[in-house]
Amino acid sequence: MAEIDHATRKHSARSGTLAWKIISRFAPLIFLLVMMVIFAILEPRFLDPTNLFNVMRQISITGLMALGMTFVILTAGIDLSVGSILAVSGMVAAAVAKGSMGNTLSLGEEDAIGNAWYWALFASVAVGIFCGLVQGLAITSLKVPPFVVTLGGLSIFRGLTLWFSNGGPISGFDSDYRWWGQGLIGPVPVPVMLFLFAALICHIVLRYTRYGRHVYSVGGNPEAARLSGLAVDRILLSVYGIVGFFSGLAGFVLSARLNSAEAVAGIGYELTVIASVVIGGTSLFGGAGSIAGTVVGATLIGVLVNGLVLNNVSSYIQSVIIGLIIISAVAFDRYVKTRRR
Amino acid sequence: MHPPVVTSNGFIMKQADQKVLLRVDHIGKHFPGVIALDDVSFDVHHGEVLGLLGENGAGKSTILKIISGAQLPDSGEISWEGANVIIPSPQAAHALGIVTIYQEFNLVPTQSVAENIFIGREPLHFGCFVDWSRMRADSRAIMARIGLDVDPDALVSELSVAEQQMVEIARALSINSRLIIMDEPTSALSGAEVDRLIGIVCTLKSQGVSVMFVTHRLEEAIALCDRVTILRDGKLAATLEHDQLNISTFIELMVGRAASNLYRRPERRHQAGEIRLSVRNLCSADTGDIRRGTVLRGIDLDVRGGEILGIAGLVGAGRTELARAIFGADPKLYDSFLINGEPANINSPRDAIKYGIGLVPEDRKQQALFLQLAIRHNFSVASLERFLRARVFVDEPMEEQELERFRGMMNVRMTGPDQLISNLSGGNQQKIVLSRWLSLDPKILIVDEPTRGIDVAAKAEVHEILDTLAQRGIAVIVISSELPEVMAIADRIVTMREGRLTGELSPAAATREKLMSLMALDAASAPWGERMDG
Repeated sequence: MAEIDHATRKHSARSGTLAWKIISRFAPLIFLLVMMVIFAILEPRFLDPTNLFNVMRQISITGLMALGMTFVILTAGIDLSVGSILAVSGMVAAAVAKGSMGNTLSLGEEDAIGNAWYWALFASVAVGIFCGLVQGLAITSLKVPPFVVTLGGLSIFRGLTLWFSNGGPISGFDSDYRWWGQGLIGPVPVPVMLFLFAALICHIVLRYTRYGRHVYSVGGNPEAARLSGLAVDRILLSVYGIVGFFSGLAGFVLSARLNSAEAVAGIGYELTVIASVVIGGTSLFGGAGSIAGTVVGATLIGVLVNGLVLNNVSSYIQSVIIGLIIISAVAFDRYVKTRRR
Repeated sequence: MHPPVVTSNGFIMKQADQKVLLRVDHIGKHFPGVIALDDVSFDVHHGEVLGLLGENGAGKSTILKIISGAQLPDSGEISWEGANVIIPSPQAAHALGIVTIYQEFNLVPTQSVAENIFIGREPLHFGCFVDWSRMRADSRAIMARIGLDVDPDALVSELSVAEQQMVEIARALSINSRLIIMDEPTSALSGAEVDRLIGIVCTLKSQGVSVMFVTHRLEEAIALCDRVTILRDGKLAATLEHDQLNISTFIELMVGRAASNLYRRPERRHQAGEIRLSVRNLCSADTGDIRRGTVLRGIDLDVRGGEILGIAGLVGAGRTELARAIFGADPKLYDSFLINGEPANINSPRDAIKYGIGLVPEDRKQQALFLQLAIRHNFSVASLERFLRARVFVDEPMEEQELERFRGMMNVRMTGPDQLISNLSGGNQQKIVLSRWLSLDPKILIVDEPTRGIDVAAKAEVHEILDTLAQRGIAVIVISSELPEVMAIADRIVTMREGRLTGELSPAAATREKLMSLMALDAASAPWGERMDG
């Protein structure tokens, strides 16, 4: 251990610190680019613009949630319930759009009764924020660890969705509603636009606003943050509201894309979402990380899945490879960072 | 130089080195951009206490890490009982008999004393089941060697800091250490506990164990050490024999220039102004939390603008608790709590800041710093409201400008606002924490242990800063475990013991003996100072 440490120190002293600084800063991005080059060589179709937009569309749902998750993980928290919040919000959005719980009216293109898409969007986002805030309250006032609260939430919100929908889907929306999942702006799919736009906003909030600074402070050292006069509980509460908002939004977009709100939607998404954030270099211990990293992390997972599919890798083996890549991406990031010191 | 001889156990020894246990020979260590150690050589003899002094950044930690196997040197040699050795890991150091006790203890708080002493070396039945009775008995025997009387089954988290340190020493002894290295062992201890530690070190010495001792407290080095090695800027400044030990020599060698007095008492005392803070019958409120510190019992205190009030007391006297209660960090009860003559309702640090109170806490790393964040971020965390555009965006150029102003004023050595705070020395970190509060223009500033763990030169600078603040009319409350520090900078000194104020002295009347008796004896029997009933 000490020998390795010693050797790397010597090495880094000689090979120039600037190069290492750059590599360590952009480690996840470099990892992503290397992977893309490999896939492009193995299968030229990978670089086809249609395929690349397809990749982006696939990651946009979990990507949106990963943006919210970045806030939570920056405060050294975690939210395991995002997949269930997505399902419950999507279901509520669908019910609002249809004006009923059933599928009986789903055949017509333009339903006579029901509500416009913006009411559905509003409802899903409101439900998402509400679920997030309730969990945030349990975390800050009852002092139950986030892992436990959101593990409970994972079960509660899934149960509510199944109960509410009686286990079945609500399908068939009007074209305005579906545009949010299936539409294009120029060549770019709407969910991708939404994801990139939201990422930009989140980046600005975390990087340039007082609130963003506070999130980093609370995550970096909650006691020092409290003694510096920050309203620590309020900030913690807010990040769970934010991840709830994005889960609700993702629920709406997913139902629009599938033209159906499924009670079983989003099962297991929390793992992809957390992986995106962590691969992007955000520390699970809080206080360090960025939205740019999360975007790279989410893209990395999308590219990986797509590349494996294009290369006809069996879906069973895909899981294995994804798991290995998650671990190696973070290991690479850590290796490069310790090497710099 | 000396003809080599082969001893009975086969080691090749140099004849004159019989009394040398550890020799550090021409050690060099480079980090990117920094020469941490340059040609450093010294010896540790059998059964001696060797002090290691130096300012922060002088290379003390690096040499400790090399001896304890955490790092390898780039050049030079280490010999142990005359044989050249390479120490590639802490395990290798343990095998030789070298154990290091760091400032941050390496104990598992949720495990028992006995488990901690024998961690990784538990005595076993049949090679797999822990032999608890033997582990307890052996723990007792080892603890008896250093006069530590605690239950081997007690959890380490329930022990005091001093007892935890003794558990570390017991563990070192249990692996048959020949050399125990202690990194600033007294910085977290009170006077009585320091005396006890000194007793333990003497016991170790008489049992033939050598001790290497790093400290910032120069008086202790004289009281405790047989010889003292002083480092400066990564080089060996000198190794002093016992009869050469004195404070002014230390300082001269550490800073490279003669210093007439460690703490220069400013000529001009401050003009005390209006009463800024006035509290009557301040008590700790019961939160039902068993881990809380000393209970405050009826504190009456007035602090004026433009004065430095020193609060002296042993560790556990309630000084930090008083600071935290005033600052709203812990719940409290009181008869009256006035700021500028008006009743103030302070229930959180947030409230306190609104009333213009600042607190520089005792434990910089745990309570003040955001170690993974930039200097800029650490500087402005409390005062971000002042650096906003459109009410939500941080105005970074303005923030930088303000930081630059404080950097110049306090002589902070840093490369830029985006440097990580963890890359600064303790003294420079403390200056950033001070400027965090000063950027808020506080009316009352509480500074708990202003110079803990920072080097001599930076100490003087911090004292000067506090002095300037008082001259500007701020009410400054300074809590310090170092009596010379309190005596040098305070305009008025109050003493605390067991959650009560026990006396008040002017600096002119204060001597170490008087202060110590007020801090350590029953109020009724203290012969000096105005008695305070409470």
